[in-house]
Amino acid sequence: MASAVIHIEQLLFRWTAGGALCLDIPAFAVAPGERIFLYGPSGSGKSTLLGLLGGVLQPERGSLRLLDIELTELSAAARDRFRADHVGFLFQQFNLIPYLSVIDNVLLPCRFSKRRLQRALSGGNSMRAEAARLLDHLDLDAGLRARPVTQLSVGQQQRVAAARALIGRPEIVIADEPTSALDAERQTAFLDLLARECGDAGSTLVFVSHDHRLAAGFSREIALPDINRVRGDAS
Amino acid sequence: MRHLFALAARSAWNRRLTLGMTLVAVLLSVTMLLGVERIRHDARSGFAHSVSGTDLIVGARTSPVQLMLYAVFRLGEATNNMRWQSYLDLAANPAVAWAVPLSLGDSHRGFPVLGTSAAYFEHFRYGDEHPLRFTAGVPFAGVFDAVLGAEVAHQLGYRLGDHIVLAHGIGGVLGAEHQDKPFVITGILAPTGTPVDRTVHIGLAAMEAIHLDWAGGAPLPGFAIPPQYVQKFDLTPKEITAVLVGLKSRAGVFKMQRFIADYRNEALLAVLPGVALTQLWQVMGMVEQALLAVSAMVVAVGLAGLVAVVLAGLNERRRELAILRSVGARPLDVFVLLTLEGLFVTVLGCVLGVALLAALAAVVGPQIQAHYGIEVLPRFVSVDELRLLAAVVGVGLLASLVPGYRAYKLSLADGLTPRL
Repeated sequence: MASAVIHIEQLLFRWTAGGALCLDIPAFAVAPGERIFLYGPSGSGKSTLLGLLGGVLQPERGSLRLLDIELTELSAAARDRFRADHVGFLFQQFNLIPYLSVIDNVLLPCRFSKRRLQRALSGGNSMRAEAARLLDHLDLDAGLRARPVTQLSVGQQQRVAAARALIGRPEIVIADEPTSALDAERQTAFLDLLARECGDAGSTLVFVSHDHRLAAGFSREIALPDINRVRGDAS
Repeated sequence: MRHLFALAARSAWNRRLTLGMTLVAVLLSVTMLLGVERIRHDARSGFAHSVSGTDLIVGARTSPVQLMLYAVFRLGEATNNMRWQSYLDLAANPAVAWAVPLSLGDSHRGFPVLGTSAAYFEHFRYGDEHPLRFTAGVPFAGVFDAVLGAEVAHQLGYRLGDHIVLAHGIGGVLGAEHQDKPFVITGILAPTGTPVDRTVHIGLAAMEAIHLDWAGGAPLPGFAIPPQYVQKFDLTPKEITAVLVGLKSRAGVFKMQRFIADYRNEALLAVLPGVALTQLWQVMGMVEQALLAVSAMVVAVGLAGLVAVVLAGLNERRRELAILRSVGARPLDVFVLLTLEGLFVTVLGCVLGVALLAALAAVVGPQIQAHYGIEVLPRFVSVDELRLLAAVVGVGLLASLVPGYRAYKLSLADGLTPRL
C-alpha cells in the first residue's frame, strides 16, 4: 500500500498566539482510497481541521502531510495551489456561485488549476463534456443544466457541488456536512452517489458530519473528539 | 488572469442594477468633465478667434487689454478717443493695406452701436480668417442705414426694412434717445460667435449726424436738425475710438507698432490682437480653472459612490469568496477580482461618457452653431481629453483598490468558512 494520503503528527493549533489550544492531534492518518467518516460534533474543532487540510490555516507546531507533501513547509500561495490541484471541497449548503451557470460552476476548479483541467481532459472528453458526464453520473437531468443555479433545489445544488469537487479527479475530496439540508431519503441517495463517484475517480473521501446515522456506508469511522486531545468548546 | 476577468465581468453583470446606477453616476460625471473641458477649449479658441486677419488695433493710449475690451468686445468705454487726422495719417502710411475706423458709445436696447466704414464688411475677419456674411440685405449705404449682428436681429425679432431708434450712451438713460433720427435696417449678418453678433453697425457719418444737435451728452434745447437736412453739414468725424489695421506685409508689424507708439501728434497705442487676447484670457483663467475643479469634484463623488457600492455588497459575498478560495483562488485573486470590478465600471463609464458627449455634440452642436456661431464639432477625443480620461481611470483604479484590499483581508480571515 502506498503511503498515507493524509498524515498528521503532533499537530498543535491555536487561533491566537498565547490563546487556548484548539487542536492537539497526536496522530491521524488516512490511506489512499479510504472513505472516512469523521464524526465532528459542533465545537470539536471541525472547521479548524478543515481549514488546516485546505491549507488556509497553518498549525503552530507539528507535521501535516497531504500526498507526502509537508503543507507546513509551503508558502501560502503554494498551499492555495496545492488545494486547487489536489483537493475537492464540498460544503454544507450554498455551495454554488449564483452568477455562474451549472456547467461553469462545475468547471471552476479547472479555471484555477491546470492539473485539474488536464486530468478532466484526459478521458478524451472536452472540458464541458466531462462536466456533463459527471452531472449525468450524479443524476442531474440534462434539462436542469440550463437553469440558473439559484433555481435548483438544495439536493440538485449539492449534486452540482459534488461534480465540482470531483472534476479533474482530485486525490482528496473533503465533504463538510453536505447532506445536512437534505431529508433522510435523499441523504442516503446522495451519499451513495458521492461514494461511488469518489471510487470511480480514485479519490479518497473524508466526510465530516455530526450525524452518526450517516456513518454506515463508510470504510472507517473516526470521532474527532477521540483524536483531538483538546476538550470542550473549541470553535 | 483571464478567468478572473470573466469572473469579475459576470459577477458585475449579476449585480447590474446597483452597479448600473453607479455606472450612470460615473458616466454623467465623465460627460460633465469632458464637456466642461471641451467648452473651455472651444470658448478659448472662439475667444482667440474673435478677431483675425487684423494685424494691429490702434487707439488712444491706454492699456492693451483695455483697448481690446472696448474695440473688440465692446465692453466698457474708451477713456480717450483718437483724432480723425491720426486715422488719415495712418491710412496713408505706405505699409498699411487697409484701415477700418471704429467709433463706439451709443447703444440700442442694450446692444452696442458701432460706427464704422463700409470697408469693415470687406476686411473684418474672425475665426479661421472667415469674412462676414450677410444672411439678408446689404451693407449700409445711406446715412440712416443700419446693419445688425445675428443675435441682435434674432433677439429683438428685426427684419429688413424695420426702423430702429438708437440710444445715447451705453447705459440707456431714460429719454436720451435719438428719436428724431430713426434708422432703417438694410442688412443682417450671419452668426459668427463673436461680439459682432451683438453689434448694431452704422456708418461713421450717421454717428456724426445723430449727434449734430447734441452737446455734452444731451440734445441742445430749442435746436433740432431734422434728418433730411443733415447732409448739408460736414459729417466727417472729428474723433473716433479705434482703428483696425491690416498691413501689406505681416513682417512689418513690429516696425509699424513702433511707428505708432512714436507718433508725434497724439499719444497712440497699437496692440497685436493675438497677444492682447492671450493676456485677456489669462485674466479669465481663474474661472475656467474653477469650472474644471468643480467637475473634477463631481467625478470624485461618482467614484466614491462606486467604492461605497462595491464595499457595501462585499459582506453578502463572503460565501462567494469562500467558495472561490475552496476551488483554489488565492487571496490575491480575490483582491484582483474585486479591484477589476470597480475598474470595469470606471472604464465603461469613461467610454459611455465619451459616447454621450459625442451624441450631445452631434444633436445640439448644429443648433449652437446656428444660434451662436460657436463651432461645436463632434470631433474625436483630443489629447487633453484623453489625458483627463486617463486621470479618471487612474483615480478609479486607486479607488477600486479599497474594496479589493477589504476583500483580501476578509478572505484571509474567513478562509473556507465565512464567519457570518
